[in-house]
Amino acid sequence: MTNLANYIVPIFVLGIILYAFHKKVNIYESFLIGAKEGLVTTFKIAPAVIAMVFATNLFLNSHFLEFLFSYFNPFLTHFGIPISVLPMALVRPISGTASLAIMTNIFADYGPDSFVGRLASNLQGCTDTTIYVLALYFGSIKVTKTKHALQAGLFADFVGILAAFLITFLFFG
Amino acid sequence: MVTYIWVFFVVIGSFFTIFTGNISSLNNQILKGGSDGLKLLFDMLPLLVLWTGIMQIAEDSKLLELFSKLVRPVLSKLFPSLPKDHPAIGYIASNIAANALGLGSAATPFGLKAMECLQEDNPQKDTATEAMITFLVLNTGGVTIIPTTVIALRMMYQSSNPTEIIITSVLATLISNISGLLFDYVKRRKNHD
Repeated sequence: MTNLANYIVPIFVLGIILYAFHKKVNIYESFLIGAKEGLVTTFKIAPAVIAMVFATNLFLNSHFLEFLFSYFNPFLTHFGIPISVLPMALVRPISGTASLAIMTNIFADYGPDSFVGRLASNLQGCTDTTIYVLALYFGSIKVTKTKHALQAGLFADFVGILAAFLITFLFFG
Repeated sequence: MVTYIWVFFVVIGSFFTIFTGNISSLNNQILKGGSDGLKLLFDMLPLLVLWTGIMQIAEDSKLLELFSKLVRPVLSKLFPSLPKDHPAIGYIASNIAANALGLGSAATPFGLKAMECLQEDNPQKDTATEAMITFLVLNTGGVTIIPTTVIALRMMYQSSNPTEIIITSVLATLISNISGLLFDYVKRRKNHD
């Protein structure tokens, strides 16, 4: 499967270039114009990225979530769920790298084929970093009034996390 | 809204770090806090430049337009406020496709470009349009059909069946996305009344 996935990007890129060549587009010129735009975009998103990474790191490094969840520990062990998987569920909408790190730890401690290993795999796949994406995308075009975007995104995350728990129980429990 | 989250993260993070007696670590983090974000930006920069360059080729050769036409029947139902030939559609579709294939790093440039296109005919530049919100709900839900990173990590830790989680995680992500879209739909209907 991953072998097959390795072909996707090269085929995509080659397809675009060959098609453009066939259509007699000035390929190099087009690339440079687009690339310059990418450079401008990077500068536009810089403040939002730096601000968001700073705040998330401060929050995650304070280990506040672990503290919060230490109270749920007896309840969780009753169901055989290690404590680290709940912070992972909460961290998932905030930081992709942080949740990936927790997942890697779970794989190392319990193995990817354990119940928690599968649960962590599904949690990682069920949603994306909502808060970061919102800050980044709206920040890049300077939209500050985001209406119900955050509520909708977090609602989807919440349902996704619940679904990941239930589905893992149903399929692998 | 993002403001509240940012303030919440900084305030709770700071207070709790002080409370647990790590004032020196907090001091350090505040003074050096920008460098992690900068590192991420530097990682993103070559990807953004490369992908926006390649997508410009696709745009100039009208390949992107062709692709938009293909996905338009589906997307115009999700984005009723967008005109049928809106330039953002091609980028929205590319972003969804890249996300679906687990190519998160390629998805971001398409997504940012889509937002730029949507912003162009936004009458109130500081307020999100309906299409923007629907797009972000789709994007943050992240319909991943092939979770490449997860599979690679499962392989690394010697899983006997690294791909067994594909179906279950697709199921979970679909449920998540549909609920997000429904939430958005209901809110939108309320605003119209």
